[in-house]
Amino acid sequence: MTTKTHVQTTINGEPVDFLCEPRQSLLECLRDVIGLTGTKEGCNDGNCGACTVNIDGRIVTSCLVLGVEAQGASIETIEGIADGTNLHPIQLAFLEGAALQCGICTPGFIVATKALLEKNPDPTEHEIRFWLANNLCRCTGYDKIVRAVQEAAKKMQEA
Amino acid sequence: MLPTIPYVRLRLHLNGIIDIKYDFFSVRTDNQGGSLLKWIDYQAPESVADAVKILADSNGNARPLAGGTDLIVQLRVKDPRVNAETVVDIKKIPELNQMDYDKSGGLTIGAAVPLHLIYNNPDVIKHFPAIIDSASLIGGTPIQGRATLGGNLCNGAPSGDSIPNLVAHNVVATVAGPNGTREIPVEDVCTGPRQTSIDSNELLVSLYFPNPGDGFGANYIRFIPRNEMDIAVAGAGVSVKISDGKFVDGRVCLASVAPKPILVEGSSKALIGQPVSDEAIQKAAEAARDAASPISDMRGTAEYRKHLCEVLTRRALNTAVERAGGK
Repeated sequence: MTTKTHVQTTINGEPVDFLCEPRQSLLECLRDVIGLTGTKEGCNDGNCGACTVNIDGRIVTSCLVLGVEAQGASIETIEGIADGTNLHPIQLAFLEGAALQCGICTPGFIVATKALLEKNPDPTEHEIRFWLANNLCRCTGYDKIVRAVQEAAKKMQEA
Repeated sequence: MLPTIPYVRLRLHLNGIIDIKYDFFSVRTDNQGGSLLKWIDYQAPESVADAVKILADSNGNARPLAGGTDLIVQLRVKDPRVNAETVVDIKKIPELNQMDYDKSGGLTIGAAVPLHLIYNNPDVIKHFPAIIDSASLIGGTPIQGRATLGGNLCNGAPSGDSIPNLVAHNVVATVAGPNGTREIPVEDVCTGPRQTSIDSNELLVSLYFPNPGDGFGANYIRFIPRNEMDIAVAGAGVSVKISDGKFVDGRVCLASVAPKPILVEGSSKALIGQPVSDEAIQKAAEAARDAASPISDMRGTAEYRKHLCEVLTRRALNTAVERAGGK
């Protein structure tokens, strides 16, 4: 029978060790073991993107990663986006553009958007929509989200 | 046995505070409740030999884990498809992470290389651009950060978007087992829905794309009701090789229209030896339509899928001819 495994990671720049069973997804480890509940659970099969986190510079759906696979990895979650109490330009753009209603999908969208803008600071609407195709939002109809991403891209380029 | 649904509710409302209860539940339940996934053991060997030994020692109860985008879903308690005791993480094995463009003009892609590394690889972009047709449309961005061509092949879904493309590229799979390695033409890997000729004690190591030579072009396209993030209603992976205005080779492989991806011999016959022309391409497309044996389901009727096979094959062949420099 399985026992718990000691996993060492870096989460949002801080070293974090945790114990988990091999069958616990990284999402479960983040939420239930470490207590970082900003990352949301939606479909739990990789379709909705609510649990999107950045592992070693690449976004993944954390429901489809085993916690034990994160050994040695550097993980960024929604909790690491803001600088203390200063919101990130992407978060401000989402707030100001009303790009969220219920908010469950928002952490995934923001983590995914940050990865996009780091790779491509001035994406077209087409590129934004394809990059975010794995993030589902059942409230906004996406237009406000796409506009918020464009606004954030503009602000970040000006900065 | 605890029912799953009340347990999940409990976890959502009381996470953190009730760690003791959480442990109590997960210890006393066997394959239900607790986590969303079934009980598994996890091993992460660092060599092919160690991985093969773990697979062989577990009598068919171990499954290799690459990107996990199919396997982890199938390991969920409510999913009956996979009952594995051990998950073997193969991402620490060097051979499975290689991307090597060799002197002969062939390309080896390790079974655990994620899609985003494939479509950003300069050798792939330059020498095998048609692989990107598949690699960039499987799932969305976060899925492409993990999913692999090797996993897509071993999962053996009739709708696998990369399999027709691999077949069109004459890819050879290298498989390691207890008795050494063997090579399988990729069209012989899938044997039925989610069934492959790779044994449970064997491990897919890499996929070899031979140098196709001059005058080669390939393409994969699929039909889905939206622009991304869906399973193919039908898909066509094709390749052509053109010399002096004639087809010297042609391959058409279809997805989602049979119990497994099918290589259409009739299409090859309709192309090889013929001058590059709309007539030859149309005959190959009709052969693809006739070879398809689809089912009707919520994604489309059998009749519609057969029609799609003709249209997709024709369009994909036209793109392949263009890429081969033939038009």
